[in-house]
Amino acid sequence: MDPSRKRTIRLVVALSSALLLATALIYTSFTASTETKTPSQLLSAAPTPERSYELTGKVADGSWEREGAVNTFRVRDRDGTASVPIRYSGAVPDPFREGREIVVTVRRQGDMYVGERDSLITKCPSKFQTQAPRT
Amino acid sequence: MLVAGRFLLIVALVVALYGVGASLYGARRGNRGLVDSGRRAVYAMAVSLVAAFALLEAAFLRSDFSSELVATHSSTTTPTFYRVTAIWSSQAGSLLLWAMLLSVWSSLVLFLSRKRLREIAPYATAVLCGFAVFFLGLLVFLASPFEGLNPVPAEGTGLNPLLRHPSMMIHPPMLYSGYTLFAIPFAFAVGALITKRLNADWIRSTRPFTLAAWGFLGVGVMLGARWSYTELGWGGYWAWDPVENASLMPWLTGTAFLHSVMIQEKRGMLKIWNVSLVLATGILAILGTFLVRSGILQSIHAFGASTLGTPFLVLIGVLIAGSAALVIWRADDLRSESRLDSVFSRESVFLLNNLVLVAMCTVIFWFTFWPLISEALGDERSVGPPTFNSWIGPLAILLVLLTGLGPALAWRRATAANLRRSLTIPVVAGAITAVALVATGIGDAKAGLLFVFAAFSVAVIVQEYVRGVTARRAMAHEAVPVAMVSLVRRNRRRYGGYLVHLGIIVLFVGIAASSAFQQATDVQLRTGQSTRIGDYAVTYAKATSRVVAASNGRLERIDLGAVLQLRKDGRLVDTIATKRSYFPSADPSLGPVSSFFEGEATSEVGLRAGGLRDVWTVVSPSLEELRPLITKGDAVFAGPGAKISAQQREEFLAATLKGLTDSYTRDPPAATFRLIVSPLVTWIWLGAIVVLVGGLIAIWPGPRSSQRMVSAGYAARLARELGRA
Repeated sequence: MDPSRKRTIRLVVALSSALLLATALIYTSFTASTETKTPSQLLSAAPTPERSYELTGKVADGSWEREGAVNTFRVRDRDGTASVPIRYSGAVPDPFREGREIVVTVRRQGDMYVGERDSLITKCPSKFQTQAPRT
Repeated sequence: MLVAGRFLLIVALVVALYGVGASLYGARRGNRGLVDSGRRAVYAMAVSLVAAFALLEAAFLRSDFSSELVATHSSTTTPTFYRVTAIWSSQAGSLLLWAMLLSVWSSLVLFLSRKRLREIAPYATAVLCGFAVFFLGLLVFLASPFEGLNPVPAEGTGLNPLLRHPSMMIHPPMLYSGYTLFAIPFAFAVGALITKRLNADWIRSTRPFTLAAWGFLGVGVMLGARWSYTELGWGGYWAWDPVENASLMPWLTGTAFLHSVMIQEKRGMLKIWNVSLVLATGILAILGTFLVRSGILQSIHAFGASTLGTPFLVLIGVLIAGSAALVIWRADDLRSESRLDSVFSRESVFLLNNLVLVAMCTVIFWFTFWPLISEALGDERSVGPPTFNSWIGPLAILLVLLTGLGPALAWRRATAANLRRSLTIPVVAGAITAVALVATGIGDAKAGLLFVFAAFSVAVIVQEYVRGVTARRAMAHEAVPVAMVSLVRRNRRRYGGYLVHLGIIVLFVGIAASSAFQQATDVQLRTGQSTRIGDYAVTYAKATSRVVAASNGRLERIDLGAVLQLRKDGRLVDTIATKRSYFPSADPSLGPVSSFFEGEATSEVGLRAGGLRDVWTVVSPSLEELRPLITKGDAVFAGPGAKISAQQREEFLAATLKGLTDSYTRDPPAATFRLIVSPLVTWIWLGAIVVLVGGLIAIWPGPRSSQRMVSAGYAARLARELGRA
């Protein structure tokens, strides 16, 4: 085969493959992703039980209760007071506690939002600049 | 100390600026003296930064709380080892580590190449000094590690308990060494593009540093995974977190570069691709640093509330635009010297392997940044680990196949005879594995396919070793072990590389098995109760507790734990201890007793690691029964206890906590356990060690390269003598 023709074919195959990969990637990004919401956005959106959301916010003070492997707590806006109740079954990460920022995938069930198993992550406080104790 | 530290940083910044100017001006004017002084500026910068780092280390060791960094990341109860390493748990301390490592590695490469690459080196020096100027600018103007505190606190906050793990403390220096070492091939690539010295010389000279960068980054990634598995209490080793992904991306493109560069050396092909890969790897290394510091993406590891995002973004923008401009500018000089002869050739497989690695990096990049991209489009969205796995899994399977296929094919064109000779045994090995897997009824097709390809690729590697040893024995009549050692010694790059391939295959098999066949359960048990997981019966045998004091006698933490008995077929096979450690909170509004239960808590994993499977356990003790006692204890300290001396208070607190923990072990409440049985997790760590050993063999200078250096030195001397004559 003519070398220049061969090169053109290779280029077309390469570009088509790249285009295919890009299309599939974009399609997956829309179909397999979850919407990220804050508590106030969840409250105003009136979500349906079929949809799941990635909820971000802080664990509200005084709201965490544990009964066996079931945790209930409220997540509030990072800079606000609007909050939603969460029920999460299973072990929570070590850094999880009240006041800490978390990300959890939830689905509405009645008045509660139920956390998807193993979806709860807590922002690692290791690198957060804490206030030095002033004495 | 603080003033001296700030002074050293300013000196380093000034010297780095001088290094940029002197190197560029010297190169343009052909002034050798100025170029040499630019190089020496890098040495001076390294001395300044090592001294600044040592000063800060000394402050951590002395628990000098007049330093804000020490007060917020260490305490008198922090064990000495962790006090030494706490420096890089902070934003400013880790930036100082970055700058110091960059200056040390830059000094090393510039010293070793001082008599070579004379045209390229000054521009590389300017680029390396440019990186240093950026980081030193951040350290001097935005995130100084030498900030003071007034008044000086009596005690520090302490190192975050989650970071009190040996692998976590080695992990950041490894990652940063990888990132900073990747700046070296980046800088030399820029120099090669500017000076049009685009043959493989710069690649050969910087190869040890590229390999070292790849090795350090790989070790760093694996140590992070190990820390996650044994310390974070969730039972996994990889969560596709943005910061984890940031460290993986340059490793993937670096791996692609290490392969494709062989084609440039052998055939003068893929020059644009190689230079683009090395530039992309350097930029991705900076991107990794940016992701950790900007807080731009939701990550469990990101530094909080940082102001460093914008400068990093500007730097990345400049690097991308500059790199693209350079490659386009030199596109004509980067044309390949030869063409691909056949699809059935080693070059083709290497190219395919490159495409797979770059596709992996692209997928990870896209999904990692999807929250930002989607936010710009309207609604912020994110993808979870299953989506990452569904894309990366098939690409990893293909990569394992190519790992075996590459070495089996000849350069330029593989003939039918070559294919038959090289592939028969590996194909048979793969087929036998497939039959065995079908016979045992493997339930996961993707994992099964990976095992089949793994068997094929391992067979190729073994075959290569056997052929090499047989040839050596025929030539030198050596015994098998001697022939094996000679074989590897004489071609370290090739056989070290095969060992790296073997390690990667073992690692991938471990990942596939532990992901596909893991069994996990969360269960609440009282002492004496049992549950089943996999083939095991797990019994909560007894509760444990301990009040732990630091070396200076001050209370450090409380441990509440459990002893679990593991039975298989009714037979006791192991006893596992797991615990949760509670560290006191620095919140002054809390009572002294409750502060121990409201601070950080970490899980200490109970692990039975085995060659075939791991049994992984953590306990979450219930504190509800202890609450009334905790409240009572706080009340005592607030009442009559408020009048006692600090010494008496510490002793009384120790006695109270001892009473509390004893009551926990006497009458333990139900505890929640997470139990996981994962097959072949040990293979992941084992594979990583094999990769490291292979990498070390490949990087070690062989007898030929020492000879080459001697010859080069001799040739240079001879040329000088001839010049004089």
